[in-house]
Amino acid sequence: MTKFVIRRLLQTIPVLLGVSILVFSLMYLIPGDPAQIMAGEGASPQTVEQIREKLGLNEPAPVQYLKYMKNVVQGDLGNSVRSNRPVMDEIKARFWTTVQLSFYATILAVFLGLIAGIISAVRHYTWSDISIMIVALFGLSMPNFWFGLMLIQWFAIGPDWLPDFLKMRASGWGDDWRQLILPVITLGTGGAAIIARMTRASMLEVIGQDYIRTARAKGMGERVVVYRHALKNALIPVITVVGLEFGGFLGGAVLTESIFAINGMGRLTIDAIRTRDFPIVQGTVLIISFLFVFVNLLVDISYRLLNKRIDLN
Amino acid sequence: METVLLEVRDLRTSFFTDDGEVKAVDGVSFALPLGKTLGIVGESGSGKSITALSILKLIADNGKIIGGEIHYKGNDLLTYSDKQMRDIRGNAISMIFQEPMTSLNPVFTVGQQISESIMKHQNLSKKAALVKSVELLKLVGIPSPDKRIKQYPYELSGGMRQRVMIAMALACNPEILIADEPTTALDVTIQAQILRLIRELQMRLGMSVIMITHDLGVVAETCDYVAVMYAGQVVEYSDVVTLFQKPKHPYTIGLMNSLPRHDVEVEKLESIKGNVPNPKEMPTGCRFAPRCPAATDLCRREMPALMKDVEGNDVRCWIYSEKWEGESEVIVYGEKRIAESRGTETILSD
Repeated sequence: MTKFVIRRLLQTIPVLLGVSILVFSLMYLIPGDPAQIMAGEGASPQTVEQIREKLGLNEPAPVQYLKYMKNVVQGDLGNSVRSNRPVMDEIKARFWTTVQLSFYATILAVFLGLIAGIISAVRHYTWSDISIMIVALFGLSMPNFWFGLMLIQWFAIGPDWLPDFLKMRASGWGDDWRQLILPVITLGTGGAAIIARMTRASMLEVIGQDYIRTARAKGMGERVVVYRHALKNALIPVITVVGLEFGGFLGGAVLTESIFAINGMGRLTIDAIRTRDFPIVQGTVLIISFLFVFVNLLVDISYRLLNKRIDLN
Repeated sequence: METVLLEVRDLRTSFFTDDGEVKAVDGVSFALPLGKTLGIVGESGSGKSITALSILKLIADNGKIIGGEIHYKGNDLLTYSDKQMRDIRGNAISMIFQEPMTSLNPVFTVGQQISESIMKHQNLSKKAALVKSVELLKLVGIPSPDKRIKQYPYELSGGMRQRVMIAMALACNPEILIADEPTTALDVTIQAQILRLIRELQMRLGMSVIMITHDLGVVAETCDYVAVMYAGQVVEYSDVVTLFQKPKHPYTIGLMNSLPRHDVEVEKLESIKGNVPNPKEMPTGCRFAPRCPAATDLCRREMPALMKDVEGNDVRCWIYSEKWEGESEVIVYGEKRIAESRGTETILSD
């Protein structure tokens, strides 16, 4: 197992390098002169030249990349062009907010999705299955921004009898953890629907397998058959989806963060893109990509824990 | 007189599909004497596996046992509750399956899978159950069992997995072992090993065995009694010697003639023409009539019952009844049969 983890860790290195090259190339992929864009229209040639100098844009691209990476390894992602503060500090302030939001949304999605999926599979083609799948279809099709707005409409602005913590505050995101409830529901619902459908499909496939019949022939009760023999096998494809969902939440929390006025990574990125603050964009994309790779590493490790046969080769 | 351990009477199991009812097992009866082996032979789709699964009440959701009785030690298993059945399964009656490759759970070790049923049925601790699992692996001839116990099914070959399945089935000293085509998926050399193992264990532990197979060779080698099934019904039921020496039902004769034999030189093996009837469109008369070279109007009109011939063996064929209206000598697949109403003896042709 230790060998497996080490090997898997080593394999992430080329991926991370690739990601960093892509992120670095962002500057060049956008049409126009980055220095000119950052300086804004009507800036004097001197200012543009200054920015170019500051970002080291005069040097050949490979040299720039190596310098950039040298700094990244030391934890320096450069300075924001707008606020002039270190990108690392800007991200730090928002990183945990987004991770928290994504983490709780994933927990909610896994919890609801697994329960709904298992019930659906065990009672397939009954009314409970059909209703769960219809609800899941809604959950899947509802756009986040609409669902979030509806939740605000129903719970946050609406009736007086609602507890205070659910209500939106003028100040937006506060310190009260209970304010997470609505955003987490908004973000997690779609994921719950996907996980429910995935769990159902996977469970149905597993329940038809010969070894499930063997378990029944051994005299095992339905509960043991479903939760021990079937679920452990059915979880393998579900975990992939959970990993992807979590990664997706990290990068895709933008809408939810905007709706609920949460100052997270998503909003930071969007604002940076709007104001052409390239160092911030590079930094956030890099951090989120690294996290994504890390989550996938965890997914692979849990595969291996579930099924010893899964190997990298 | 032999003690009968398990008796199946007029068992009927149907599947209910969108296209209507499919009678997979339609009035099957047989008895399993203590310590003996009963073979159930038939083509794919003849209902032999469903018969076996019906005994343990392990029919899929869309299937249902709609009639009959399954007497085990004087009690009808069909009246048992789910919980009572769970105490029988893997305990008094256990089963091994055709596909050793897929019948073991890939995510649990061999030890976990064997000890699971020991823990359930014998209330042993995990540790004690594992010790017993090692003994069982030794019993079924698996080398270095204490190592194997920690392995996962994918680390074992097909033959080894079938041995593990047998160990699992024997875990709680069952009185009846149902083996559903236990050797079909295995290499020929391994087949012989597994059959020998089952026979040895049967003698040692005094089990009764129901051997389900499509292979008459396996029947000849392992069984004491044989029920031949065709299209969900038993068409012939007798002891194994009689079955091979004097097969009666045209279907059984056809099966025998389609086997290569080392004592008779034949240029071309015979085959039974036609196909097994579609279960949704069963013939009204004898189900074998459309393929039977001796079929008469009576056969196509009325379904024969399973009747006793002069020797006391069961056969489902009009030829051996009083009602037979055809020739007194009937040639079936080159073998001559004297119709029972005209003579009392059934003879073999050359």
